[in-house]
Amino acid sequence: MNALASNASVSTAYHPRQGGHGQVLRIENFSLWYGSQQALYEVSLDIERGLVTALIGPSGCGKSTLLRSLNRMNDLVDGVRTSGRILFDGRDIHAPGTDVIELRKRMGMVFQKPNPFPMSIFDNVCYALRVDGVRKRAVLEEVVEKSLRAAALWDEVKDRLEDNALALSGGQQQRLCIARAIANEPEVLLMDEPCSALDPIATAKIEELIDRLAGRFTIVIVTHNMQQAARVSHNTAFMYLGRLIEYGDTETVFTVPRVEQTQEYITGRFG
Amino acid sequence: MSDRRGRSTSLTARGEPFQWLLGGALGLALAMIVGLLMLVLWQGSNAFWPRPLELIELRDGTRLLGIEVRREPMPGGEGMRRLLRVGNFDLYGEDFRWIAEEAIASTRFPADAWMVERMEWGPFIGFLIGLERDGTLAETDGDALAEAHREARRRLREIRRIERSEIGAINHELERLRLALRRSELRHGVDSLAHRAEEARIASESARLEERFAEWLRKAKALRESDSRERVVLADVVGRRISLPLSQVVRFVRPNDLSLAGKLEVYLDRWWEFLSADPREANSEGGVFPAIFGTAVMTILLAVLVAPFGVVTALYLREYARQGRMVSLVRISVNNLAGVPSIVYGVFGLGFFAYLVGGTIDAWFFPERLPSPTFGSGGLLWASLTLALLTVPVVIVATEEALAAVPRSMREGSLACGASKWQTIRNIVLPRAMPGILTGLILAMARGAGEVAPLMLVGVVKLAPELPIDGNFPYLHLDRSFMHLGFHIFDLGFQSRNSEAAKPMVFVTALLLLAFVFAINLVAILVRARMKRRFAGSRF
Ligand SMILES: Nc1ncnc2c1ncn2[C@@H]1O[C@H](COP(=O)(O)OP(=O)(O)OP(=O)(O)O)[C@@H](O)[C@H]1O
Ligand SMILES: [Mg+2]
Repeated sequence: MNALASNASVSTAYHPRQGGHGQVLRIENFSLWYGSQQALYEVSLDIERGLVTALIGPSGCGKSTLLRSLNRMNDLVDGVRTSGRILFDGRDIHAPGTDVIELRKRMGMVFQKPNPFPMSIFDNVCYALRVDGVRKRAVLEEVVEKSLRAAALWDEVKDRLEDNALALSGGQQQRLCIARAIANEPEVLLMDEPCSALDPIATAKIEELIDRLAGRFTIVIVTHNMQQAARVSHNTAFMYLGRLIEYGDTETVFTVPRVEQTQEYITGRFG
Repeated sequence: MSDRRGRSTSLTARGEPFQWLLGGALGLALAMIVGLLMLVLWQGSNAFWPRPLELIELRDGTRLLGIEVRREPMPGGEGMRRLLRVGNFDLYGEDFRWIAEEAIASTRFPADAWMVERMEWGPFIGFLIGLERDGTLAETDGDALAEAHREARRRLREIRRIERSEIGAINHELERLRLALRRSELRHGVDSLAHRAEEARIASESARLEERFAEWLRKAKALRESDSRERVVLADVVGRRISLPLSQVVRFVRPNDLSLAGKLEVYLDRWWEFLSADPREANSEGGVFPAIFGTAVMTILLAVLVAPFGVVTALYLREYARQGRMVSLVRISVNNLAGVPSIVYGVFGLGFFAYLVGGTIDAWFFPERLPSPTFGSGGLLWASLTLALLTVPVVIVATEEALAAVPRSMREGSLACGASKWQTIRNIVLPRAMPGILTGLILAMARGAGEVAPLMLVGVVKLAPELPIDGNFPYLHLDRSFMHLGFHIFDLGFQSRNSEAAKPMVFVTALLLLAFVFAINLVAILVRARMKRRFAGSRF
């Protein structure tokens, strides 16, 4: 415990914008170890309901780790230990008896690399509903159309819904994964560098999509693209070496950051 | 720097000699495999080709008629000798004769020499005298003979049908009644009232059946008698006559008088008989249909048994068990299991499955049949189970590899959608791993289909009276012993009375077994290719 305390010597500059609907996620003194290697140090962060929160920071600083902790994706990794709490709607997601499946149903996730399932486009989009037990064709069709429209993919695939999803281009696959993640109306959408494999046009489409989804969903997005973070997010969290350095409303973070490290990273002097 | 240039490269540093060595080894291995295949293919496809009948006159006046099988140097002496298949086992007591070539005065190929393939005693080689109907002998020509022969064969089929289906079914019923009686005796006691009543009921029923049985038997006997009144009269090369019922002849061939088309017809006809008929003459003639059937049924049953075992085990090991020392140990054991000699499995199958499990089943469910065993001796089920055990490592290893090859991102994608672990496995992991699993399964089938040693202990027999699937309830008879191509080869080659006569059949059967295994493997390759294509899509 002593060693832990000494690591927690960082204090975060904290000035987030309030969404007015309270916090959907509260991260309190959260630390995470992969085996003996510590990846997150006492991170504390509140995520406002209905806003877009961007996680930025140099490669390897723990953005994905933090994001994957939110829906307990790290459970799959052998030898992961955590301390601290993450509250989702006021309830500790690590508390014994938590229904992880329920938790994940309420949080959609889009991964860094597109990972469509080797099945038809249609089946991909309604996967979450199917595992939820929805069987009615009419319902599924409606949801598929709505989700694909929301993900700006409908016009491109509406005539080939039964084609294998693997036949789509990389950008289309990523938008398909977004459609899949929002099909079941999750409360939170976790996106891990959703645009890293996309061209500028597809990127623009996805940013537009994030704009449209904000409000309906709470979005947490990891990105390496500063302009993107500045464009789409309301709040920005800057992480460095597993620590949360600064968390505040995006405008302030990008114009007058409180911490010098943030300034240096944003202006591209390191990272 | 300067002296390095002067030094020559050492042998080990240069690749070429090793390349030659490896290439040579590969060439040798390929040559052996191709040689084996060519031998089986050549001998197997040749066996049914009609070969000329040679009439040989020796210097001492002996005349011999037969087929030259091979020619080789005299053992210890000079000159050559020939092996002649003379047939007529019933007259000569042997099928083959060695002839020293220097003793031969003349040879010729008489056009009117016949090779008559019979149901019993092997082929008759000689000349046709005529047809004998109700004791009067009449000359005949080829066409009339063929016509009469067709008719006689049809009669025989009808008799067979009656004996098999009609009389067989009544027999089956009678046996059922006998067992019912025994069962009631075991349940109620010999002098109980219930047993008496049952006994009376069964007695009346079996009396009725016996009557029908006798009636059919009379009918069959009458048919056989009338059938045997039409006989064919043959004479061997020195004029000794025999006569036999026309229906007992399988095929009349006059090989020296056949055109190419005629030969081809005989060739194909023999193949058809081989594939579709029951064996005759201690398996050395006739067909191998029961063996094909037995092998196929056993292989399918093996797949049905091994698939759930192997896949479930692999799923548990790979997806659910905590990866640790215990799991590694299990994995190593499974891999080692694949190296255990197959006969050991046979001993285990006989001791554990047949005697222990089967014996217990008999004692509980079939006490009325004891002491004759039902499941308490080798049979289809035990053979398939033994082979399933033998091949389960193949399936486990293949399935584990296929599961491990499913990308992590797929699983994460599914779990992130709120799917449970089992839903993820069923919807994403298993379909994705299916080509690998199926390939493993089919390879296991191929391995099992070609296995012989353990089968000899757990249910394969030289000659099975009945097929494992037939029209009597419960249709699939798991307790029956069955025939198998691999064992058939062994039996023909090493157990038969007349191994020289059985030799062509050994090669044909081997060819068939190879084709069978090859076909299974081909299916595996096709399945793999097909399913691969389904998952291959463009990326970026
Ligand atoms: N499965 C794992 N096992 C062990 N260590 C891991 C694992 N995943 C991540 N790490 C370590 O945790 C640290 C944080 O990794 P993480 O993936 O969160 O970084 P990131 O900020 O997402 O980087 P990037 O921007 O390159 O995606 C890194 O030092 C990484 O080596
Ligand atoms: Mg990352």
